[in-house]
Amino acid sequence: MLQKTIKLQVNGCEREAAVDTRTSLADFLRHGLSLTGTHVGCEHGVCGTCTVLLDGASVRSCLMLAVQAEGHHVETIEGLVQADGCFHPLQDAFRDKHGLQCGYCTPGMLMTLKELLRETPDPTEAEVRDAISGNTCRCTGYQSIVNATLQAARVIRMKKGN
Amino acid sequence: MTLEDPPLVEDCAPEDLLEAPRALKKENVEVKLSQRRIVGESVPRLEDPALLTGQGHFLDDIALPDVLHVAFARSAHAHAAVTRIDVEAARAMPGVHAVLLMDDLESVVTTRRMPLSAAGAKNTTTSTPFILSNDEVAYVGEPMVLVAARTRCQAEDAAAAIEIEYDILTVVADAREAAKPGSPIVRRELKTNVLNSIEVGYGEVDEAFEKAEHVFATDLWQHRGCGHPLEGRGVLAEVRPADGGLYVWSSTQMPHDLFYALTGVLGLDENHLRVMTPDVGGGFGPKYCLYPEEFAVPAAARLLGRNLKWVEDRRENFLAAIQERDQFWKLKIAVDANAKILGIRGTLVHDQGAYAPKPVNLPYNSATALTGPYIVPAYYIEVQIVHTNKVPVSSVRGAGYPQAAFAMERLLDLVSYELGIDRAEVRRRNLIPLDKMPYTKPLKARSGAGLVCDSGDYLAAQAETLARAAWDDFPARQAKALAEGRYIGIGLANAVKGTGRGPFESGIVRVAQSGKVSVFTGATAMGQGIGTALAQICAQQLSVTPDSVTVISGDTTMSPLGIGGFASRQLVTAGSSVHIAAQEVAAKAVKAASAILRIPEDDLELVNGRVQSCADSTKSMSLGDIATALRGAPGYAFPAELEPGLEARVHWKTDALTYSNACHIVEVEVDIELGEVKILRYVAFHDVGKRINPMIVEGQLHGGIVHGIGNALYEFMGFDENAQPVTTTFAEYLLVTATEVPPLELIGGETPSPLNPLGAKGVGEVGTIPVAAAIISAVENALQPFQVRISQTPILPPTLFHLVRAAQAAPLKTTITR
Repeated sequence: MLQKTIKLQVNGCEREAAVDTRTSLADFLRHGLSLTGTHVGCEHGVCGTCTVLLDGASVRSCLMLAVQAEGHHVETIEGLVQADGCFHPLQDAFRDKHGLQCGYCTPGMLMTLKELLRETPDPTEAEVRDAISGNTCRCTGYQSIVNATLQAARVIRMKKGN
Repeated sequence: MTLEDPPLVEDCAPEDLLEAPRALKKENVEVKLSQRRIVGESVPRLEDPALLTGQGHFLDDIALPDVLHVAFARSAHAHAAVTRIDVEAARAMPGVHAVLLMDDLESVVTTRRMPLSAAGAKNTTTSTPFILSNDEVAYVGEPMVLVAARTRCQAEDAAAAIEIEYDILTVVADAREAAKPGSPIVRRELKTNVLNSIEVGYGEVDEAFEKAEHVFATDLWQHRGCGHPLEGRGVLAEVRPADGGLYVWSSTQMPHDLFYALTGVLGLDENHLRVMTPDVGGGFGPKYCLYPEEFAVPAAARLLGRNLKWVEDRRENFLAAIQERDQFWKLKIAVDANAKILGIRGTLVHDQGAYAPKPVNLPYNSATALTGPYIVPAYYIEVQIVHTNKVPVSSVRGAGYPQAAFAMERLLDLVSYELGIDRAEVRRRNLIPLDKMPYTKPLKARSGAGLVCDSGDYLAAQAETLARAAWDDFPARQAKALAEGRYIGIGLANAVKGTGRGPFESGIVRVAQSGKVSVFTGATAMGQGIGTALAQICAQQLSVTPDSVTVISGDTTMSPLGIGGFASRQLVTAGSSVHIAAQEVAAKAVKAASAILRIPEDDLELVNGRVQSCADSTKSMSLGDIATALRGAPGYAFPAELEPGLEARVHWKTDALTYSNACHIVEVEVDIELGEVKILRYVAFHDVGKRINPMIVEGQLHGGIVHGIGNALYEFMGFDENAQPVTTTFAEYLLVTATEVPPLELIGGETPSPLNPLGAKGVGEVGTIPVAAAIISAVENALQPFQVRISQTPILPPTLFHLVRAAQAAPLKTTITR
């Protein structure tokens, strides 16, 4: 099986690893780097569970090969906690507003929403719904996720204002 | 400290501890607690921090040394005789360790086919699935060959390289056809496709129909689709060479069921098997069943002496995880001149799929749930449970109740339509009034207990929902919209759900020497927050904070007895057990403290995890100290009146169901050019008894309603005429996404259940049950100008489009049934 050594940044750390060229980015993160916080839900790019950020933009890690991440910066759920060890406002808000139940879709949701709030710091409810329309959740009915996102956006804006 | 030393207790000398107390007067102590309210509060979930930081432990997250990965070769045909399986090429593929047929597993199993539920290995039937099917296959996706390889992709490559030759046999794709005499048969070992016929009913049905002012008839088709937890199924088996034992992790709702079944099938001593559920990424019904893979993987691990992991992919989930597919109802309703129901009768054909891995209770649920929250004086339904060459059918969230509610509510809408009486008014005349509660229906639950709607004010629930949704104003709004060329409609549906199914659930409460509290339960966590709810219930009784309680669920060694997760049952059953067990622990702590501190029990109270003197709070013992005292000291006397260990185990039992109730009203707009339905407003009333954690309750209701929206408008598992599945990706089978859901307006009551010490009722499914009925009613209402009648769920855009077109072409009443 063809192998290639890749170098990339994961959650701010330089990583170098040999991977089978056929390995998806999701499988590489999960089984190559033991970052099992990124989950796979459909493995065909629809459910959004495996979403990670690649140079800040959301991507389906099940549809991307690990070798394609060479030289890029990948952010996963494990890197969402802030430098001071505190929860990201999205994590706080998800807990406050019950934005998760089984927690399986949650990492993909959080990474998608991190991107949204960076680009759209004051989203409307419709914009939040649109942003997560590519992320399936079977548990929550989405409403609590939307509420949590709007709360997190407020918190982030307040912090920036200060 | 040597082993001979007695344990040290902070607030009392060892000699005090070990001397027998003088007087312990009361058997059951009414423990005085601090007044802090924990039960009933929206406590943040204990499960969340790990899940929010990527530290959850789902099945595929568990790493075992030297694990081999499993893939299955599956049937490509819905019905075929297998003439040749050639595994030689697959065995030679890179990384492949073993390629196993059923014959290869023969030496490690006691049966080639699965036992029925947990009834013991000998209890196979001609309808329980094979562990691996190598002679005849009866649905697409049926597991045939197990491959174990170094990596998952190597295993999948090898599975694809297995050469299988088939003789195609006639396929049975439609349950109605399959029930007819002379139909081809789904499996050659059977003589008929009809697995079972049951009759359910009571009262003088003939008489009711004879004296009725009006009789109306309808045919209905209902389809519920798949469960689709975002995490599929998965099994991990670890061989334990030291004692010949086996650890099995499965992403299941039923670890104890699997435990009992595996001990029988593998011929394992119960002491040599431990079944565990890791974090479960959603259940929704499909993980209630046991599956061939859950037997094949542990059996192969035993045979090979290797740790094995199988993680299902989504296509396998579409092909081989149970679905709740089709029911076909033919119903007649008899009413008097005032739209009061006199009787209902009819038939129900239930598509069971190719096998029956569990006792078939889904259609029984449907048949007994039809009358729901209404008074129906006479009722008779004949149910045929029919095999087809499709994946087996078992419960998806709601388990037969949504179909029953749909059937009943469609009948009531029919009465309303034919008699020109408002839909809400027809329901008002037939709902069980408060003064008739508890209302016994002459039907039996599976336990054999009578079916009793125990509590709840159904009329008030409907009235409140109507007011909130501005039902009475709707005709004016509708007329205005119609004048603008917009087709809006409103729909209404009531429902009840029997919850808290028995016979029991285990609750063990134990205080450690550290003072930390553990709860062990056979209840299974699958994302619903049962751990937090049980921690709250326990914390309330022990006067500690919920986060000082750890809940260990889904582990057959930690909780030897358990039933599992289904039928909205665990809060009621496990909750009651934990509630009582925690009370017993509290009482025991006070009794022990009384003996040790020499203070009468009546003068002690339990405050913030300490038992203290009411008069002098400096005289106190922590729960941890009491646990330390009660662990005993080697060789020293133990107070005669006390039992060792600060723990209690309770198995609260019930045969009865406690009924949650709901009333939903929905407004929709139909785009007649696209056949698209948009939900404009959703108002939902629920009474789910005492709410332990209102935030979690709301989350369960939101999720349940949205599942129902999928059932009504989006989710359809398609098969072609050869029973080949044609919707096997999330691009073809549509789950509801965030943009289809309007803000949900929840209102509710809190009628305590009289049937359990918590006053609780189950909440996991009731939100789903009336949704399709309410939405279809609203769609029909929106299309009033075309006089269409809708007799199916889901109703997808093409069907709706053609329905409207047909009505426009021939403005007659059009009833559609697939």
